Amino acid sequence: MSSVHVSPLSTYLSIFAALMVLTALTVGVAFINLGSFNPVVALGIAVVKASLVILFFMHVKYSSRLTKLTVVLSLFFVAILIFETLMDYATRGWQTIPPMLK
Amino acid sequence: MSNPIAHAAAGHGPAGHDFATADGHGHGHHPALQHHFSTMDQQREAGVLGMWVFLLTEVLFFGGLFLTYTIYRTWYYEAFAAASKSITISWGLINTAVLIGSSLTMALGVRAAQTNQRKATVNWLLATIFLGTLFLGIKVIEYADKFEHHHVPGPHFVFASEHEGAEGGAAEHAAPAAAEGGHVMTMGPDELQRTTQLFFSLYFTMTGLHALHMIVGIVILFIVAWMAHKGRFDSEYFAPVEMTGLYWHFVDIVWIFLFPLLYLVERHN
Repeated sequence: MSSVHVSPLSTYLSIFAALMVLTALTVGVAFINLGSFNPVVALGIAVVKASLVILFFMHVKYSSRLTKLTVVLSLFFVAILIFETLMDYATRGWQTIPPMLK
Repeated sequence: MSNPIAHAAAGHGPAGHDFATADGHGHGHHPALQHHFSTMDQQREAGVLGMWVFLLTEVLFFGGLFLTYTIYRTWYYEAFAAASKSITISWGLINTAVLIGSSLTMALGVRAAQTNQRKATVNWLLATIFLGTLFLGIKVIEYADKFEHHHVPGPHFVFASEHEGAEGGAAEHAAPAAAEGGHVMTMGPDELQRTTQLFFSLYFTMTGLHALHMIVGIVILFIVAWMAHKGRFDSEYFAPVEMTGLYWHFVDIVWIFLFPLLYLVERHN
């Protein structure tokens, strides 16, 4: 009658193990000089970890499409927030002040 | 039970009410099923969706802080790198493990509720409370350390102390030595003193709001553990456990990003 998805114990344990390994990895990589790629790798690992938590611990993998859409929507909104604001900050120096405003 | 208002009130009444027979529809259904839903599945689906809409607002709430962090980190990268280096990495690492562990116990708590294991549900929830409290305890040690080193933004804030110490009191020189790893520090001590406060302001704001979320989560966990102990849940109705789980995992995810951004800005060299 009920369509509740119950994940096997092994799923939770292996996701936990993967999260711990990735945590160790992110610390290890931080001590290696990758130049401008250090923050990219750190954030990449964090995104993978967050995805594992969302998909398996939060059961989004087994959720309805509407729930999945809402999850993606939250990431989309925060992407707009960060991307558009950074565009503004990055290009402010380009602005030339019109003579009449000087 | 001909009065619909009285009937609705009974629906929210204490457990033990004979819902199956007191039901106005003339058929039995799960006592936790609310009147505006047709089935338990529909009710559960609506609950999960609603919780995710709430989490969406939480994502944007923390998103604003991460945005602020990104802008200041770009502007004052050297200050962020230096200030991040002053934080003890091991406490953050231990806390990351503790919080991921608490997410595991939380997930197992939800699973126990799904599979009708009342005792296990209570125990996993209590384990989650324990790990959450352990995290906050370690956070207290870290905060105390910041107060001791005058790393709390405000009139008593002092950074540069470690830097000067290493140089043997050479802070008076216009160009601070940059012998280590070829990294050239272009910021003077005054500027570093000023801009590292931005890092620590964000550190306290972000970890503080994260900790506040955890305190709220622990209070909710106590309530839900009590409900589980009282036998309010079964394999068809476990929404409070599931919603608490979603909230707890979200708080875990925030920390997953906070850890590398605050503790690991620049650790090589």
